[in-house]
Amino acid sequence: MLTKLLPLTEAAAEETPSPLMPHTAEIIFGFVFLILLAFAFSKFVSPKFEKAYADRTAAIEGGMNEAKRAQAEAKAALDKYNAQLAEARQEAAKIREDAREQGALIIAEMREQANTEAERIVTHARTQIDAERAQAVASLRSEVGTMATTLAGRIVGESLEDEARQRRTVERFLADLESSESARQAVGTDG
Amino acid sequence: MIAGVSTEFIPPGPQSFETPPIFSGVEWFTKPVLVAMLSVIVIVWFFYGASRKAAIVPSKLQFAGELGYNFVRNSIARDAIGSREYMKYVPYLCGLFFFILFNNVAATIPLIQFPTFSHIGWAYVAAIMSWVIYNAVGIKKHGAWGYFKHQTMPAGVPLWLMPLMIPIEFISNILVRPVSLSLRLFANMFAGHILLLVFVLGGEYMILHSGSIAIGGVGIITLLMALAIAGLELFVQCIQAYIFVVLTAQYIGSAIADDH
Repeated sequence: MLTKLLPLTEAAAEETPSPLMPHTAEIIFGFVFLILLAFAFSKFVSPKFEKAYADRTAAIEGGMNEAKRAQAEAKAALDKYNAQLAEARQEAAKIREDAREQGALIIAEMREQANTEAERIVTHARTQIDAERAQAVASLRSEVGTMATTLAGRIVGESLEDEARQRRTVERFLADLESSESARQAVGTDG
Repeated sequence: MIAGVSTEFIPPGPQSFETPPIFSGVEWFTKPVLVAMLSVIVIVWFFYGASRKAAIVPSKLQFAGELGYNFVRNSIARDAIGSREYMKYVPYLCGLFFFILFNNVAATIPLIQFPTFSHIGWAYVAAIMSWVIYNAVGIKKHGAWGYFKHQTMPAGVPLWLMPLMIPIEFISNILVRPVSLSLRLFANMFAGHILLLVFVLGGEYMILHSGSIAIGGVGIITLLMALAIAGLELFVQCIQAYIFVVLTAQYIGSAIADDH
């Protein structure tokens, strides 16, 4: 093309119109082409691309919402488990407390029971001892009575010669008494 | 010019942008028309293919399409117009951006190598479309009088300055904008192409017709320079497409902005 322009002569240069003068055909084609392009973009390209953008935005938003929902769900589950754990912990503490109380109660009860039992045993023993003593006193009294009577008879029978005799008599009596006592005891053990 | 040359060197100029009809007899069918047509077909084909089965998980083609579409949608339209009303203008801004981008970059694509917008008609059309749109949406939003006030009477300016402000603002916001839009794009493409032609044709002429090894060497350097300039031009071509669309979006944004 460049070489084709070379052989231009001065004559051609003279009749060259000003470059600021437009060609009619180019004006017409210019309008036609620009309107055609704008039409093509507005009719075919723009709607398709905008739809793809909208879909993309929706997809991203949908994904984000989904993620948000899952996160909320997970958080709810965690909260639930935490609450359950706290509840269980509380319950365990309560049970432990209860057990401790119950244990203390049982110990106290046992102590009480033992105390009363001991008291009962002591009282029982005391009454038994009292009864036995009373019995012993009663039998002793009757024995002492008879012995006193016997002793008195002997003393009277021996006629009160002198004090030494009297003392001997008493001592003999007591020795008799002792021996008879030991003999009775021996008989008791044999029998 | 140079001693001993057989052919005279004709420097590239406006005549370099004359495009004869591709088929004799069909006057209107010239190279820029063909390239513009091609750009429409390629853009529609690419974006239709990329968006036809648009899914949540994009295919490679859809991803590439979204990349381009999102650039205009988010970085240009939404930033300049605001997130409330920008969607309405995205199709036009997309079409405008990729149309200008393709036709500018066409100047670097081998076998095409002609910037469509170096024919000012195309730049006029794009600027007029943008001008009509931003004024129309402004009038629709504020009413004719309200829009006039909105564009010409900046808030906070004392009343006695208004006789000065109104003409200045009217000229800059209503009259000059389409002219600056179209001329900026046209001039960049036109000048870039001429610059490239100067280096390429000059280098070629020096190598083939100078008859001197030293000048031929300079010609080789010149051709290498042309490569670098082509790289620079590719950058300028992209930037110009971006600027045109960003300004359009900003004009729309300021036209429908609530009164400050």
